[in-house]
Amino acid sequence: MKLVIAIVRPEKVNDVLEALYRAEVGGISMSRVQGHGGELDRVETYRGTTVKMGLSEKVRFEVAVSDAFVQPTIDAFCAGARTGEVGDGKIFVVPLEQAVRIRTGETDEAAVTPVEK
Amino acid sequence: MAISELAMSAHVNAGDTAWMLVATAMVLLMTPALGLFYAGLVRSKNTLNTFMMSIGAIAVATATWAAIGYSLAFAKGNGFIGGLGHAFMHGVAFAPRAGTAIPQLLFFAFQATFCIVTVALVSGAVVERMRFGPFLLFAALWSVLVYAVLAHWSFGGGWLQAHGTLDFAGGVPVEMGSGFSALAAALVVGARKDYGRQALLPHNAVYVLLGAGLLWFGWFGFNGGSGFSTGHSSVLAFTNTLLTPACTLAVWFVLDLLRGRRVTAIGAATAIIVGCVAITPAGGYISPAWAMGLGVVAALPSYAIILWRPRTRVDETLDVLAAHGTAGLTGILFIGFVAQLAWNGKANGLLYGNAAQLGHQAIAALAGPAYAFAATFLLLRLIGVFMPLRATEHEEALGMDIVQHGEEAYATGEGAILLSTEAALEDAIPVAQP
Repeated sequence: MKLVIAIVRPEKVNDVLEALYRAEVGGISMSRVQGHGGELDRVETYRGTTVKMGLSEKVRFEVAVSDAFVQPTIDAFCAGARTGEVGDGKIFVVPLEQAVRIRTGETDEAAVTPVEK
Repeated sequence: MAISELAMSAHVNAGDTAWMLVATAMVLLMTPALGLFYAGLVRSKNTLNTFMMSIGAIAVATATWAAIGYSLAFAKGNGFIGGLGHAFMHGVAFAPRAGTAIPQLLFFAFQATFCIVTVALVSGAVVERMRFGPFLLFAALWSVLVYAVLAHWSFGGGWLQAHGTLDFAGGVPVEMGSGFSALAAALVVGARKDYGRQALLPHNAVYVLLGAGLLWFGWFGFNGGSGFSTGHSSVLAFTNTLLTPACTLAVWFVLDLLRGRRVTAIGAATAIIVGCVAITPAGGYISPAWAMGLGVVAALPSYAIILWRPRTRVDETLDVLAAHGTAGLTGILFIGFVAQLAWNGKANGLLYGNAAQLGHQAIAALAGPAYAFAATFLLLRLIGVFMPLRATEHEEALGMDIVQHGEEAYATGEGAILLSTEAALEDAIPVAQP
């Protein structure tokens, strides 16, 4: 059981969601974050003030998956988020100690397996 | 200001009065529009305080104008200042104001809206750090000691008007008056604590564009009403208020392209203001073709100062000097070159054989800024003796909205717990003071 964290470009979010859907990965959280990954700085001008924007808007996905789903999830993120330019983001996979589904009290693998519809 | 073609008419003219009623409301709209324009240019934590400085100007300047400001500007007096004949609106009623065919009561209201917006303009120099109370006191005193005096010089029969300076809608009192006062205010109040160390950016460019648009709309009343009639000078000024800012806008686009290869939205909003300001003194005096030329010319010095000023240590925060002081000065001088008797019925400029007019304009371009700067500098220093002008560094960091007004512009309500009564707030619950 792993937690897959992916930080991607905001403009690629729809592509990522589509790739995750095709890979049958359900149960995701996303949040807007700001970060810097070595890409070129963006320059903005406000009247006489010119600024270099050190942080870029990014979107952070968190997906808790059973071990069998780790590689398909990573593949989906790469397929959805890649443009080939610097700044496409990162994927981190971390071990997950425990998971509980609040509604039923199910734990671990059962808790991270999507409900059958 | 131009005297109408119906000069010295003893009767009130219905058409003129109808237009001036509308124009007065249009000019009053400029003050909340300015509040919106300024609010967009500051950081989000200072949105309400910045807007409230404009709203506060309506409260304070209306009262001072009725009490004494109007009289000092427009009652009979000497060349420097008017008398007290109209103090507390004495004798201001339905009889026509001399030189116009509108009731003096309406003339008073129209002029009051000018005083209000000019006071609000000065706030742009001190936003994000000046305390609200001292600002209101400053606004009250400034509206009398600076605005009313300069208005008397230009429109109330004062020495500039008597010497032949042409100033249609307030290049001296409104534009140079606010611009050079703003410079003095920025010097006395001092820079924001993070100025020059951090990027302090506008938080909402849409407010800035919408504010500029509403200001432009109001400016048709401002300039178009400054002939006090529906006559030639009003129509000319009205149309020039379209032509000049549009040309400034186009030139600003080109300057932005040359500088950064992109046309900026905040630059566009600024250009609208610069163009409106430049045509303010000249509106009823120059031909439509020259008004377009003025739009081109006026963009250059204001653009240069907007680029240069942030590189200095003077935190004249919203560039009132560049947008109003400089563009007003350009407009005042431009009249001296291209005023045309055929269009204004009053005087020619240098290009049409009357070099003396440029001299009259140059005197106004020196005296107006000098008085505004010196008087504002001394006034704020004096207020500063009795009370601190600015918030503490800690308060500045928190933002003026919470500290000065106890409100936020963009409150989410998350974590807000309803207190049942005012008494509960005071008696039972310990509340942290920001």
